Amino acid sequence: MIPRPRINPISGAEQVPGNEAGGVRVALDKVRRAFGELVVVADFSLSITTGEFLAILGPSGCGKSTLLRLVAGLTAPDSGHIGITPDDTRFHTAFVFQDAHLLPWRTVLENVALPLELMGIGVTERLGRASAALDEVGLREAESRYPAQLSGGMRMRVSLARALVTRPRLLLLDEPFAALDEITRFRLDARLRELWLERGMTVIFVTHSITEAAFLANRAVVLTRKGCGIKLDRRLELPQVRDNEMRAMPEFASEMQGLLAAMEEED
Amino acid sequence: MRKALPAFIPFVIVVVALESLVRAGWIKAFLVPPPSAVFETLIHDWRELFGALAKTSVGALAGFALSAVGGIAIGVFLSSSSAIRQAFYPYAVFFQTVPIIAIAPLLVIWFGYGMRTVVASAFIVSIFPVIANTLTGILSTDPALRDLFILYGASPSATLWRLRFPAALPQILTGLRIAGGLAVIGAIVGEFIGGQGLGSVVDVARTQQRTDKVFAAVLLASLLGLALFGFINLLSRVALRRWHVSEQN
Repeated sequence: MIPRPRINPISGAEQVPGNEAGGVRVALDKVRRAFGELVVVADFSLSITTGEFLAILGPSGCGKSTLLRLVAGLTAPDSGHIGITPDDTRFHTAFVFQDAHLLPWRTVLENVALPLELMGIGVTERLGRASAALDEVGLREAESRYPAQLSGGMRMRVSLARALVTRPRLLLLDEPFAALDEITRFRLDARLRELWLERGMTVIFVTHSITEAAFLANRAVVLTRKGCGIKLDRRLELPQVRDNEMRAMPEFASEMQGLLAAMEEED
Repeated sequence: MRKALPAFIPFVIVVVALESLVRAGWIKAFLVPPPSAVFETLIHDWRELFGALAKTSVGALAGFALSAVGGIAIGVFLSSSSAIRQAFYPYAVFFQTVPIIAIAPLLVIWFGYGMRTVVASAFIVSIFPVIANTLTGILSTDPALRDLFILYGASPSATLWRLRFPAALPQILTGLRIAGGLAVIGAIVGEFIGGQGLGSVVDVARTQQRTDKVFAAVLLASLLGLALFGFINLLSRVALRRWHVSEQN
């Protein structure tokens, strides 16, 4: 059972309580990236405000993951500019992959402490912070287990804790819960949303699930099948604090309908 | 014991069949000795045979240890960049294709008669699988984990020792398993040309038409190979049992 945090409803993405780390502003200006002849991202421009939770939706192979890698600095653009403000983002960007990608020879606690270890933080401090991060995803009791001893959902929570342990200002997630069962996915969606409300970090969440995008994000961008063109850029008018009951609200259905229409629209 | 039983059954069948076929005269005893004669030789010539086994063990183990350390170091070095790989890996492959029996006389010229030639022969024969498996293991590291290390600004040395080397460990151990058997073969070849041990026992017994003694020496050499294999399996069990699927059944 994932513990629920103490949070208060708030009205805007930029006004986040308990904002210890805060977020960053991300601006992509005419970014282009090709692999050989294949242009995956063509002159893509988008501005993401500080503390925003943005969902990027699009069909498989449309370049969503490349876009995320470009923002993370894991792939360099062929042309264009990616600006992150403030720019001291070293150690302040965290990435959650499609699979958990844990080090199988390390315990859960050691996996979560890994980013701090690479940053040169002492063993006592890093293990303490890793324990606290595991607490945040409700996995403290599993800290001495190895990844092979965990379920898929637990592994993903460890991956999330590893991303959160550095208190990132920018959290990038690449379809992290796609392989999980619906119930686990709903729980993790809810916990991620709570963590965002607590911390006020900027989140970019890539998914092809309309339901997940509508539940999690404050703003959704729908991409075209080729070249990462923007078909829809929409602010989602839903409550800040969200739970599973919200999924039955007409407003939620309406937002999903809007996203679905954009997804179905021909490029 | 129960795990060893399936492997023991074919051994018993072959021994009984061979003994029966030789006694029935279907196989000539001077070509293939009956197993009972081999065991008799093992008991009768035990001092000479086990003395030779000790020498072969030292040569094979020293050659294997050099291969393990050198092979892992070369594999790590080759993994450091594609330019280094392109420049040096073909020579490692070339080294592997050189027939040891053809260069063994050269080893005698370089190292003289004795243990150094045996160790060199065992080393040359057994190093390549360690290099190849270390290199493949390191280069097969999960790209997402490599990205993660880049994202957190890990140094090349941190990436090597915290990610790439542990990830390659199952393959390195596979290379060591292969190298163990090859080191025994290399030591025997070295002893044929310029050393004392089971190889020289086989060589002398062959000239005396003592096939029973040849078989006894071969049996001991095989047992040495099996012991080395068992030792590496034990290492693998200790290193991987908590996390790698190959050691969890």
